[in-house]
Amino acid sequence: MTSLFEEVPRAEEDAVPVRTVSVTVNGERRTVKVEPRLLLAHMIRHGLKLTGTHTGCDTSNCGACTVLLDGRPVKSCTMLAVQADGHEVTTVEGLAGQSELHPVQEGFKDEHGLQCGFCTPGMMLTAKALLDENPDPTEDEVRWALSGNLCRCTGYQNIVKSVLWAAKKQRAAAGETGAGE
Amino acid sequence: MYPSRFGYESPRALDEAIELLTRGQGEAKILAGGQSLIPMLKLRFASPEMLVDINNLPGLSHLTVDPDGSLRVGALCRHSQLERAAALAGPFPTIAAAAPLVADPIVRNRGTLVGSICHADPQGDWAAVAIALGASVVAQGPSGRRRIPVADFVSGPFQNVLAYDEVAVEVVFPAAAGTAAGGYLKLERRVGDFATAGVAVGLERSGSVVTRAGMALTGVGGATIDASGAAQALVGGELTADRIARAAEGAAAAAKPRSDHRGSAAYKRHIVHTFVTRILTRVADDVERAA
Amino acid sequence: MTALDEIKIGGLGASRRRVEDNRFIRGKGNYVDDIVLPGMLHMEILRSPVAHARIVSIDTSKAWAIPGVRLVLTGEMMAKRNLAWMPTLSYDTQAVLATDKVRFQGQEVACVIADDPYIAKDACEAIVVEYETLPVVVNPEQALATDAPLIRDDKENQQDNVVFDWEVGDAAGTDRAFAQADLVSKIELHYPRSHPSPIECCGSIADFDRSTSKLTVYMTTQAPHIIRAAVSLVAELPEHMIRIVSPDIGGGFGNKVPVYPGYVMSILASILLERPVKWIEDKTGNLISTGFGRDVYLRGEMALRKDGKILGVRMHTLSDHGAFFADAQPSKFKIGLMHSAFAAYDIPAAHLLARGVYTNKAPGGVAYRCSFRVTEAMFFQERMVQAAADDLGMDQAEFRRVNFVRDDDFPHRTAFGFLTDSGQYGKCLDVGLEAIGYADFQERKKEAAARGRLLGIGISTMTEPLGAGNSREYDILGIKMFDSAELRVHMTGKALLRTGAKTQGQGHETTWAQIVAHELGLPAEDVVVEEGDTDTAPFGMGTYASRSTPVAGAAVAMVARKIRAKARKLAAHLLEVSEEDVEWELGRFYVRSAPNRGVTIQECAAAAYSNMPDGMEPGLENVAYYDPPNLTWPFACYIATVEVDPQTGVWDVLNFVAVDDCGVRINPMIVEGQIMGGLTEAYAMASMQFITYDAEGNCVGSNYMDYLLPTAWETPGFELHEVVTPCPHHPIGAKGIGECATVGGPAAFVNAVMDALKGFGVRNIDMPMLPDRVHEAITTGRDVSGHPPVRQDD
Repeated sequence: MTSLFEEVPRAEEDAVPVRTVSVTVNGERRTVKVEPRLLLAHMIRHGLKLTGTHTGCDTSNCGACTVLLDGRPVKSCTMLAVQADGHEVTTVEGLAGQSELHPVQEGFKDEHGLQCGFCTPGMMLTAKALLDENPDPTEDEVRWALSGNLCRCTGYQNIVKSVLWAAKKQRAAAGETGAGE
Repeated sequence: MYPSRFGYESPRALDEAIELLTRGQGEAKILAGGQSLIPMLKLRFASPEMLVDINNLPGLSHLTVDPDGSLRVGALCRHSQLERAAALAGPFPTIAAAAPLVADPIVRNRGTLVGSICHADPQGDWAAVAIALGASVVAQGPSGRRRIPVADFVSGPFQNVLAYDEVAVEVVFPAAAGTAAGGYLKLERRVGDFATAGVAVGLERSGSVVTRAGMALTGVGGATIDASGAAQALVGGELTADRIARAAEGAAAAAKPRSDHRGSAAYKRHIVHTFVTRILTRVADDVERAA
Repeated sequence: MTALDEIKIGGLGASRRRVEDNRFIRGKGNYVDDIVLPGMLHMEILRSPVAHARIVSIDTSKAWAIPGVRLVLTGEMMAKRNLAWMPTLSYDTQAVLATDKVRFQGQEVACVIADDPYIAKDACEAIVVEYETLPVVVNPEQALATDAPLIRDDKENQQDNVVFDWEVGDAAGTDRAFAQADLVSKIELHYPRSHPSPIECCGSIADFDRSTSKLTVYMTTQAPHIIRAAVSLVAELPEHMIRIVSPDIGGGFGNKVPVYPGYVMSILASILLERPVKWIEDKTGNLISTGFGRDVYLRGEMALRKDGKILGVRMHTLSDHGAFFADAQPSKFKIGLMHSAFAAYDIPAAHLLARGVYTNKAPGGVAYRCSFRVTEAMFFQERMVQAAADDLGMDQAEFRRVNFVRDDDFPHRTAFGFLTDSGQYGKCLDVGLEAIGYADFQERKKEAAARGRLLGIGISTMTEPLGAGNSREYDILGIKMFDSAELRVHMTGKALLRTGAKTQGQGHETTWAQIVAHELGLPAEDVVVEEGDTDTAPFGMGTYASRSTPVAGAAVAMVARKIRAKARKLAAHLLEVSEEDVEWELGRFYVRSAPNRGVTIQECAAAAYSNMPDGMEPGLENVAYYDPPNLTWPFACYIATVEVDPQTGVWDVLNFVAVDDCGVRINPMIVEGQIMGGLTEAYAMASMQFITYDAEGNCVGSNYMDYLLPTAWETPGFELHEVVTPCPHHPIGAKGIGECATVGGPAAFVNAVMDALKGFGVRNIDMPMLPDRVHEAITTGRDVSGHPPVRQDD
């Protein structure tokens, strides 16, 4: 996909208009040149080489491409890269801290919330956004929040358990540090 | 799936956007939430020459109740804002009922009510709600603003009456005179599915007497169907079983469904009847309980 | 010295957390589309918009003119290189790029290779194809009509649209059984076409290196070695010059077993351009052109004695294979293992007649999360069983119990000739009935009726054949269905294990190490597992049909035992005693007469490289090829309770209980994960997931807006229980489990809804049980068929 980022124009008569986009991705400011038609998911995957964001369908249904845009989950295959200009994007690669995993990541591993791993990044980011907003969700609230992300291997029971596990862990940690409540 | 090439502008002022649309001569398309448009670009069902991205326009994200009680929903107000606005449940119960049923939770973070009405999908949710509540689109063009009732705004499947140089800046839902009541029900096979059939009902009542009734249907015709005619059976009296039955029958008759893999025409008509009955019966129960 | 705790070292029975998760939860998986090679180009495919047409002309000139386009391939160009057609896994042929005709909507017509996929797509749009449309066949009835168009006129000697006629069982004996029957019960149904639809679509990166003549293909395949053989055949390249690498796979479910035209095109393009060529399919391409599952019309009858004993069964299947017979299945069985139906029941006589037909629909018939058509078999079986119980007026649980194969009757020869291995069917049923509250259900049903709701309870009990297979009967393209494992124990006692299987989410990297831990006492974390690279992995037939644990897993145990046998010699040498005086306990050899004198397996490993006895070959590595003596036969009892809203036909699952007996569980957590995943797909098929075609052959279900997969919101919760009957012929007593729930689950949901509708005179509603179908059954009192094409207004 080099032509979409660097090699334009190929010839004078084929000058493809490109735009410069600055996005803060996982805390780091990245500036790239893109064609307007480039999808955000493709910019993240092929331009920024963050391949943890997957593309599963074409119609904004599966949610494998979910990233956080200014903290809220969006389907990055249903946004243009140019639209992310000036915004903050968090991908699965930005979930973990320097040394430790995010509780949602730990939860998915501990409760066997994944099998093939393809829907997992999207699921985890949606879950993170849910817990940021609602630290103590019910099972139904988790199911509702995840209903824009499809999974084929795991079914949803263990995914829901993973999110509840993470919620509990996060609450416990907040309790220890005296934060929250 | 990769969109074909298009030009792209993201104006910072409404006038600038209108100027770009004017220059586009009908070949420019507005990009707001993009949750219907971008999939269509990817499937190459749509190939506009130019996209005018209005996401950076100031002052369009509002969800405001005016002093007169009417609700203004800006062109950049996302579905999720409506879903989270707990205060809507009293004055606008139909909106509150519909908001969580639009698409899926992630799409709701991006998609907009105004964009959805402009998109005029015959299986969409918001046009039905807006018609049932007598809402209007406020459109701004080079020569100023105009208000278009949503019932007149949707002109066919995926068609609206906006001129190419106009931007739908907001949708205004009028305040209920008296107490607002109503609801929204749709049959979908899973979250994010298009409606097999859906019914929006907006009522105003004074005590137990219905003073205004609007109704619209989705998924059962080439475009959203205004069934307010059938709802007139409810006006001027209490929500009796007889009136409810007449409204339900009227709505079923107004539906123009086609048989497809979501169900037969007869079934969809039956669902309209059932849902109208259910919404109205629930309202009647609430009224009785309140009394 | 205390013995090792097997659970602590991650051995058999440990719910060890998965090793592979460490990369997946960090977004560090390595799927095909994540791989970028220097100079890589991108391929997009142009597909036919119509289902049946003669190709009049293809004009690619505008596509060539687009800057960034490197190659445009058409069928004509493929034909010049003898690559327009390729063999399928069922000894038929399939068009790579259409030359004469297109035979289904979505068939590959041309492809473009360009600098990026956006440009390749632009160029596909610029290709002009003129079609002359032909009459379309969308179901078997049309295919068999006397005036039906001949779909495969490319094949010599093909006079009609019949793919095969096949039969199995004892026709005369079955006739005799029916002659003695007090009652004959019948049922007729359609198992709709479905698509496995992993979230990740198919794709490949072909990389041909002219300087070495070596072709490397990174590919979404569940069976890399079969693909290597097929590529060698198709592309006429020598096998040692082909390397197939299957990286992380985003779900397979049988969809990623066949060879697809896109793979072949990317390979040819790379050879012609001498650059890596990546093809990543879009969702529509995946749904409308790659291997589907099911699409079988089944009818049958059961001969019954008044006391409930089943005397005999007749089955007829009419299967729709689409335009090319591309089932992925063992060669000998034309309709897969359909005749495994009724294996759980002691039935004296059975007969099956099977016919397959061509239609203008996508090819396939893959084993979608099942062992070759057993999903259809078990669904038919359990729908038939419920109908028979109803006709007899007998309790559905009791009817099953009367006819189950008894615990002391194994191995049991089924009426169709399979040999089932072990089980405790009655016990599984009892556990299930207790858990669901069977005894109180009729009370609940009455209470619900008072509220205007209909409650139903549905049971599905079955045993299925998993783990093909033994080499006498099972092969694909002539290659016997064995599997393999290679184990290298390093000097420090750390190890590398490779198998011929290929995980797609099943957790091989975790469980295979557990088998090694069980056999050798090496901590599981000391064993790294690698799969999917044909240059390094031993030859195996891959992962599908629940064959990993039964076959490759057995090979892992066997290779570990070979290692242990050599380690024993090393131990004897180190302990200075004869081999006969050495005893084994987990992780350690000791002197029988002096148990305190011993050496660990790690010490033996060190000796293999530093202190072996004279004459012994150094090193501690081996390979095992395992040819299973039989299939493994897990048993499952699934029970669902549902509530139906008679006004809308909408039904909800109240409770679901699953009792699975898959023998010894290597990693209980992973086993349960497989069951829950399978049940979710079972629910999907019962409730919403299907592909149908309209009368013009347009695929309805070509993207996720129309092809519905359930979300976390609709999917019910599942309560799991276990019974353990070890497999008598598997080295560690394990049976397959990955697919039991998909296979046995659907009938539980359908039986439950049919039970709820018992008073309405309805015998069958075809899946998926969409609300409109349920409502139609309630209001008309008639069966509702899902017979395509889709309903259309006149």
